Amino acid sequence: MSIYFDHAATTPCSKSVVDAMQPYFSEKFGNPSSIYKLGREAKEALCTARHKAQELLGAEKPGEILFTSGATESNNLAIKGVAFYASQKIGIKPHIITSSIEHHCVLDSVKYLADNFGFEITFLSVDKEGRVNPEDVAESIKENTVLISVMYGNNEVGTIEPIIEIGKIIKNAKDKRLKANDQTPLVFHTDAVQAFQYFDCNIERLNVDLLSLTAHKFYGPKGVGLLYVKRGTKLLPQQQGGAQERNWRAGTENVPYIVGMVQAMEEAAKIREKSEKEISEITDYLIERITKEIPDVTLLGPADVKKRLPHIAAFLFRRVEGESILINLDMLGIAASSGSACTSGSLEPSHVTSAMGFSDLDAHGAVRFSVGKLNKKSDVDELMKHLPKIIEKLRAMSPIK
Amino acid sequence: MRSIQTIQANQTRLKGAKMADLYNEKVMDHFMHPRNVGTIENADGIGEVGNPTCGDIMKLFIKVDTRSAKNDKKKEEEYISDIKFQTFGCGAAVATSSMVTEMMIGHTIDEAEKLTNAEVAKELGGLPPIKMHCSNLAASALHEAIKDYKSKQK
Repeated sequence: MSIYFDHAATTPCSKSVVDAMQPYFSEKFGNPSSIYKLGREAKEALCTARHKAQELLGAEKPGEILFTSGATESNNLAIKGVAFYASQKIGIKPHIITSSIEHHCVLDSVKYLADNFGFEITFLSVDKEGRVNPEDVAESIKENTVLISVMYGNNEVGTIEPIIEIGKIIKNAKDKRLKANDQTPLVFHTDAVQAFQYFDCNIERLNVDLLSLTAHKFYGPKGVGLLYVKRGTKLLPQQQGGAQERNWRAGTENVPYIVGMVQAMEEAAKIREKSEKEISEITDYLIERITKEIPDVTLLGPADVKKRLPHIAAFLFRRVEGESILINLDMLGIAASSGSACTSGSLEPSHVTSAMGFSDLDAHGAVRFSVGKLNKKSDVDELMKHLPKIIEKLRAMSPIK
Repeated sequence: MRSIQTIQANQTRLKGAKMADLYNEKVMDHFMHPRNVGTIENADGIGEVGNPTCGDIMKLFIKVDTRSAKNDKKKEEEYISDIKFQTFGCGAAVATSSMVTEMMIGHTIDEAEKLTNAEVAKELGGLPPIKMHCSNLAASALHEAIKDYKSKQK
């Protein structure tokens, strides 16, 4: 038996993506910067990909799409790029606002800036369902704020953040600065990694200046992503050594992977409504069965399905520890993940459950199931043949009553 | 420059590894089929260690009896006649708890007091460095149980 309930961690490449990538490995393998035919062919593929990505995000110009090695790089570039432009080119000590439940590549980037350069950071709190209050954003903006970074959908618990409302607040703040002739930039970045597959990430709709994506969450290859950069947004490049990506990100472009990513983006965007419906059906069924059949379980994130990502269902199983559950599931061929300390490589519980107000003890019992193309409804039935017994066995072993 | 021996030793260690290079077969056996799970009513000593932040909590129960000493029939020694555990924790936490009980049942209090976490980990065939703190907890739970027993004797 092999059941994969970890699509939020990564997804397999679809066949059409692999087929689209194939020619660029050994046939059309040219370097897009080369002047001869092979190079020009590769450049054309790159340009086509960029145009397609531009369309899919509703960007004004293709040059607003920067290709990167993934969302980790995109997030690092967004945060450090904006912050260092402000400190080095404008000469202000930047203030950054972000949420306390961002992915580690956002949190660690801002902490790196705080610890090593003394930049100011505000970590917005979230409510019990993991939601940021847009009013908190408004209240936190001050004269040296240059960047606000809030993710579109949380990867651990599936909460959808109010990006559109936050975007409006930031737009108002930007207009205020313009009126007062204040040139200090105010940039809105969103990590849309988990959301792109299910929601329209049109940058006008979201009112964002920067947006990060990574291909391997929506059936594209690992190792490639993009950063949308609105025209006029200034970044200090973080990788030197070539004029690629309009001098903002040096390095020979990874043509096959970029082509693969955009193919995956197109496919994902085409079937968005269908995906949302089909996937949420399975996820909702999983939520229903677990909450009904296993006692002492809490569904993490919003109870309202409209406020959660269609594919993520994370639970706190009280009195048992996450890794123990995962090992038992793995022995049966079922893959899932956990934010417990034991699986994260650190000894602390997940920062997301902590931010949502759950105790350290409860947080260790967190398990996340994330649904995708590899799942059918019967996978939930198979899971539920075993999960209640696993939880019972582990609870019998637990000193916590 | 790593020696050939180190490289070979590492490869041997990894050969037995399943579960994402994390746990070897012996650890997995103790996790999936833990020995001596449970409680002892009117236990002679109870030791509880761990903390919610790191996510491991172990509770060890011991029953202590006396018998004639192995090397001197005229003397008497205290030994662990029964031992049970309850654990909230990861694979290593459960496995080390189970291993401690398997190692120490029938042993004297003196021997149990001297048990180190390194010995527990060794008996399990090794643990990933990040999981070594679990073996600390297992040995500590045992020592706490003995402390509890001794304090009750006063």
